[in-house]
Amino acid sequence: MVAVRSRADGASGAVTHLTTDVLIVGAGGAGMYAAIAAANEGGAVLLLDKSLVGRGGATIMAQMTVAAAIGHQEPDSPHLHLEDTLEAGRGICNEQLSEILCHNGPDRILEMDRWGTRWVREEGHIKQVGAPGHRRKRCCYVDFLNTGPAVASTLRRQVSGVDSIRRLSNVAAIEICVSDGRARGAVALDLSSGSLITIAARAVILAAGGLTKIYRRSSASTNMAGEAYWLALEAGAELVDMEFVQFFPIAHLAPRLVGMDPIMWDPFRYKLGGKLLNGNFEEFIHQYGGQDEGRYTAVRDQASYAILKEVEAGRGSPHGGVYLDFRHVPDDSLRTAFGPVIDRLLKNGIDLTRMPVEVAPTAHYHMGGIAVNERMETRVAGLFAAGEAIGGANGANRLSGNAITEAFVFGERAGFFARRAAGESDSVWSAAYTERSVAEFSDLRQRTGKGPTPGAVQNRIQDLMWDTAGPFRSGESLRNALETLGGFRSQLKDLAISPGDVFNLDLQDWYELKAMLRTSEAVVTAALNRAESRGAHQRIDIPQTIAGFEKNQRLALMDGTLSSGWTSVVRCLA
Amino acid sequence: MPRVTRLRIRRGSTREDGFYQTYDVPFEDGMSVLDALRWVRTHTDSSLAIRYSCINANACKTCMALVDGVVEYTCTARLHESCTTVEPLPKRPVIRDLVTDTTPAEEKLN
Repeated sequence: MVAVRSRADGASGAVTHLTTDVLIVGAGGAGMYAAIAAANEGGAVLLLDKSLVGRGGATIMAQMTVAAAIGHQEPDSPHLHLEDTLEAGRGICNEQLSEILCHNGPDRILEMDRWGTRWVREEGHIKQVGAPGHRRKRCCYVDFLNTGPAVASTLRRQVSGVDSIRRLSNVAAIEICVSDGRARGAVALDLSSGSLITIAARAVILAAGGLTKIYRRSSASTNMAGEAYWLALEAGAELVDMEFVQFFPIAHLAPRLVGMDPIMWDPFRYKLGGKLLNGNFEEFIHQYGGQDEGRYTAVRDQASYAILKEVEAGRGSPHGGVYLDFRHVPDDSLRTAFGPVIDRLLKNGIDLTRMPVEVAPTAHYHMGGIAVNERMETRVAGLFAAGEAIGGANGANRLSGNAITEAFVFGERAGFFARRAAGESDSVWSAAYTERSVAEFSDLRQRTGKGPTPGAVQNRIQDLMWDTAGPFRSGESLRNALETLGGFRSQLKDLAISPGDVFNLDLQDWYELKAMLRTSEAVVTAALNRAESRGAHQRIDIPQTIAGFEKNQRLALMDGTLSSGWTSVVRCLA
Repeated sequence: MPRVTRLRIRRGSTREDGFYQTYDVPFEDGMSVLDALRWVRTHTDSSLAIRYSCINANACKTCMALVDGVVEYTCTARLHESCTTVEPLPKRPVIRDLVTDTTPAEEKLN
């Protein structure tokens, strides 16, 4: 059976209705893996992406490495990987999810190998390198800085080879329909036509990635505005650990670089070393408890903290970061390690043998997210989540290399269990499920409005979140942020939407803005409640880590208002 | 004095009925054509339709257009201080403004 389509002409115009067994929202690494796994179990799968399938989201931008204890480079075990992950997570990982991540990682990496991903090899085995926080060399990659595009390409090919997977590009979910406590499908915006689609599904998987778009400086694709979190909250699911946003420490800052991932300096450091220097050309990480010394061992939360503290103390580089210096590395070593990338840098006017570059932290990844059980199911029956969209596996700080592993492992698992749940679910659908979204959309289309555009308000949120709930927070800044976000929310109904239906980006921007507002509110609320500093959550007013906060914070919507509570950490290791 | 550059953009929902519209954009050394297009959308004219995903990393490969007559990724094409003309890809049906039909047929609704 493939997804069935029918068309009903209602008063508000033609609404296309689709029917499927498993609906997947988001077609990055997690979504595509989920689609393959669900289809393997039989039945129809519908895979949506608001960009083009396999080209948006975080996966395509993941130019670095994938961590899995396959033990090809040196003896390793999933258990060691788990211990490293838990240590980096600062005591609050959901250990059950971390264990699934580390134990299933090798299967997925080797499966991708069989599907044709060209992991770099040496002497007949998959080459694995080290990264901060990993005690073994366990990070696989595709040259040169091509891991994300390569794995996305493999998954696109696999997905397109399965007839029972229907793919839809330029389609963004705007509501998950729930009745009697069970997910029944979704309403989505078809950007190409500027009209709504309704979708009946027996199970739904949210795989729409993280929230990097709520910040001014961000390293991921521009289309992750926290939609997964917003959709989950509105559907009645819980979020967990929303205060833990990972800021990648050494993202490119200056001189201006185009055509390259801003976080590409990470592999440069682990392959070649590279000195992190403040504006006075002095090494500094060691003053913050790290032991860097050009060998690149400080984990991410530690390095981000040290860099921003140097800038704050007036010892930053000219553009407000620090220097990364490779001038001690010979030209032929640079070329051996990075080949054509060196030429791309030269085209950008960057000669690493002659000049340092400037780097600074950027919003990179979200440790928190949708709360799921070991089957990747939320507390709403039939609603699953996978990939960066879920919270818990990485606690308060994620190790380099765990994100793509997470996308594959949790995607596969969500696909399997969602398909199973679909088989056990009745197929109930009513047009009444969609009434709220259809009415809201109809109102949106009648608007002309002279207010600011949704895109302009998005920019203001990005500035606000960076300044108040970025790498450093304080009780006062967070309280101010909540108030300002409330003001933005009240503007939603007055924003200007330009005319025209086809590819009207104002419509997409408006729904993104809704997601950004709700997600930002969740981050700020959670950060305010966690009155301590831990991992990626740094409160300048409370710099110490407090043992009593070794627990997880859950958020849910109650009558349209966020409520929060604490739960003890899920442990699996004695 | 802040530096300004000018974009001349082919707009419209078909190739035949298209027209050119010009926008002034603040200029910074090293900025990409995509930087300028995004600036126009958030500061001057949000109705301008463009396609992009990854922001200047040349990873998603979805932002192609004709820049001064040459097919380029707008995220890697550098802007210059004189006027730059940006038009939709020449061999694809125009959907709206700079957005052309690059979606694989089997990923479309209709």
